[in-house]
Amino acid sequence: MKVEQISIFIENKSGRLAEVTTILGFAGVNIRALSLADTSDFGILRLIVNDREKAITALKGKGFTVSKTEVVAVEVPDQPGGLASILHVLDKDAINVEYMYAFVERCGSNAVIIFRFDETDKAIAALAAKGFNMLSGEHLYGM
Amino acid sequence: MASYFNEEIETLPRVALEALQLKRLKATVKRVYDNVPFYKTYLDALQLSPESIKSLADLHRLPFTTKQDMRDSYPYALFAAPMEEIVRIHASSGTTGKPTVVGYTRTDIDNWADLMARTLMTAGAHKGDIIHNAYGYGLFTGGLGVHNGAERLGASVIPISGGNTARQLMIMQDFGSTILTCTPSYSLFMAEEAMSAGIDFRNMKLRVGIFGAEPWSEAMRGEIEEKLNLTALDIYGLSEIMGPGVAQECFEGKNGLHIWEDHFIPEIIDPSSGQVLPEGEKGELVITTITKQGIPLIRYRTRDITCLTYETCVCGRTHARIARLSGRSDDMLIIRGVNVFPSQIESILVGIEGVEPHYMLIVDRKENLDTLEVQVEVDERIFSDEIKVLQGLARRIEKEIKDMLGVTCNVKLVEPKTIQRSEGKAKRVIDNRKL
Repeated sequence: MKVEQISIFIENKSGRLAEVTTILGFAGVNIRALSLADTSDFGILRLIVNDREKAITALKGKGFTVSKTEVVAVEVPDQPGGLASILHVLDKDAINVEYMYAFVERCGSNAVIIFRFDETDKAIAALAAKGFNMLSGEHLYGM
Repeated sequence: MASYFNEEIETLPRVALEALQLKRLKATVKRVYDNVPFYKTYLDALQLSPESIKSLADLHRLPFTTKQDMRDSYPYALFAAPMEEIVRIHASSGTTGKPTVVGYTRTDIDNWADLMARTLMTAGAHKGDIIHNAYGYGLFTGGLGVHNGAERLGASVIPISGGNTARQLMIMQDFGSTILTCTPSYSLFMAEEAMSAGIDFRNMKLRVGIFGAEPWSEAMRGEIEEKLNLTALDIYGLSEIMGPGVAQECFEGKNGLHIWEDHFIPEIIDPSSGQVLPEGEKGELVITTITKQGIPLIRYRTRDITCLTYETCVCGRTHARIARLSGRSDDMLIIRGVNVFPSQIESILVGIEGVEPHYMLIVDRKENLDTLEVQVEVDERIFSDEIKVLQGLARRIEKEIKDMLGVTCNVKLVEPKTIQRSEGKAKRVIDNRKL
C-alpha cells in the first residue's frame, strides 16, 4: 500500500520551479499531486506523477538531484473531523507525520491525503486495523 | 625498493649535498651580481658581494626576490643571460595585469628535463609508461615541462593538453594511458564526466596520477584515488623557479614532496616578519635556484605555505621534503581577524560523508562585518526529501567549520553542477569585500 513519490532539490531562485515543470511537460509526465517545502535558500518539490521513471530520467538529465520516497495515500471522509479521525489513530500509536498534502482528485466521495510517516509500515498496519482505505500506486498514478 | 633516475645525486649524503649547494650558490650569486643590475644594486646597498657567501647560512643575509620584483622587471630585466642564449620563454598567468616572464638557456631546458624525468620516476613512472599529460601546453610551464621530462625518461607521452574532456576520456581508454598528469580539480571533473558517460575508471590502465599546480588536501586525495582508481601523488613546481618538477612526492613514502636540493635551496620563513623558521614549522616557502642560467632567483618568495623536513625518507632519497601545500599566503582569507585557507574548508567538507568537494567561498562585508558563505552542492548521496535533514547537514558543516577554524559561516546548499568547473586551476573564492 505504499506509493512512490519523487522529490527534487531546487534552489530558491526565480525560474527554477518553472524549469522543473517545463522539463516534465516536455517529457509528457503528468503531475497528479504536489507539495513544495521551502526555506530561504532552497526548497524540496515533492510530486506524485503518472510516470516516475520518465520523470526521474528527464530531471536527472537536466542536472537536478532527484530521489524517490515511499509515502502512503489514505482515503479520508470528506466531512468535518475526517482528517482528525486519521491523525488520532496515528497519535495513539506514536507515529509521526513528517509531512502531508492533499491529492487533487477525489476517490468517490472521499478526499485523498498523501502522508510521509516516520514509520511507514506501522502506520499502514494501524490505519488498516481501523478500517481506513489506502490506495495502491497503480490506482493513484492512473487517477 | 625505489628506482632512481640519478641514484648518486638522489641519495647523496647530506654533507656532500650541502657542499654541492654551497659551491653552486656561490656561482649563482656571482652570476646575478655580474649580470643583473637589480641584484647588483641590492647587494651593493647591503654591502654584500659574491665573496660574502662563505657558508650556506650566509644565504639568510641575502635579500628576498618577490613576485612584484618580477613584475617590475617585465619582461626581461631579471635575465642573467643574453637573449642569444635564451632558447625558450614562458610566462605565468598574470591574474593582476602583466604576466611574470621567465627565460631558459639550453642548459636550463636540459636540467629541467632531467629534473622532470627524476620527478616522474619518483612518482613510480618508468620507460614503457604511457603518460597522459593534461596540463596545458603553451606559455604555462605545466604542459611542456612534464612533456620534456617524460621524453627524457623514455616514456610515451600523449600531449593532450587541457580541455575537451570527452575526448580525453576516449583517448585515455583507447591508448591505455598508465599515468595521468593534470590539476587535482580537473581529475575530479574527469571522474564526473566519466560517470555521466558511463565510463568506469576501473576498466582503465591508469596506475598513478601526478597532480599539482593548485593546493589540494589529503581528503581530496582519498576522493580522487577512489573515483579514478589510481595512486594520487602531489607534484610541486612554479614557473618562476622552473616549472613542474621542483618537488615530488615519492611513490614509496607518499608523505611529503622531495625538493631537488642539488638545484634549489628551500627555506621556510614567517610571511609577516621574513624570519627564517626552524625545521618542521609552517610558513612561506622561499627558494633559491642554484643552477639556473636564464633567470636565477635569490630567495624567491613563493607565497606557498608549507613546512620542511630533512629526515631521510623510506624511499632512500636524502633530499628534504616539503609538506603538502596548505594554501598560499596571498590566498589566505582573513575573516573577522581569523586566517582561513580554502584548503582547510575543503578538508572539512570532504570529511563529511557524501559532501562533494565542489564548493565556493563567498566573502562579503555587511555593516562592517565580514561574512563567509560556503556554497556546497547537493547530490543524491546527501539529498533528503525532508527539510530538517538538509538543514541539519548545513548546520553540521557550519559547526565543524566553527569548531575547527573558529570562524562563523553560513552554509548554502546549491544544486549540483551550479558551481563553476575548471579545467585548469579551480577558483574557490569570490571576495566581494571592498577594502
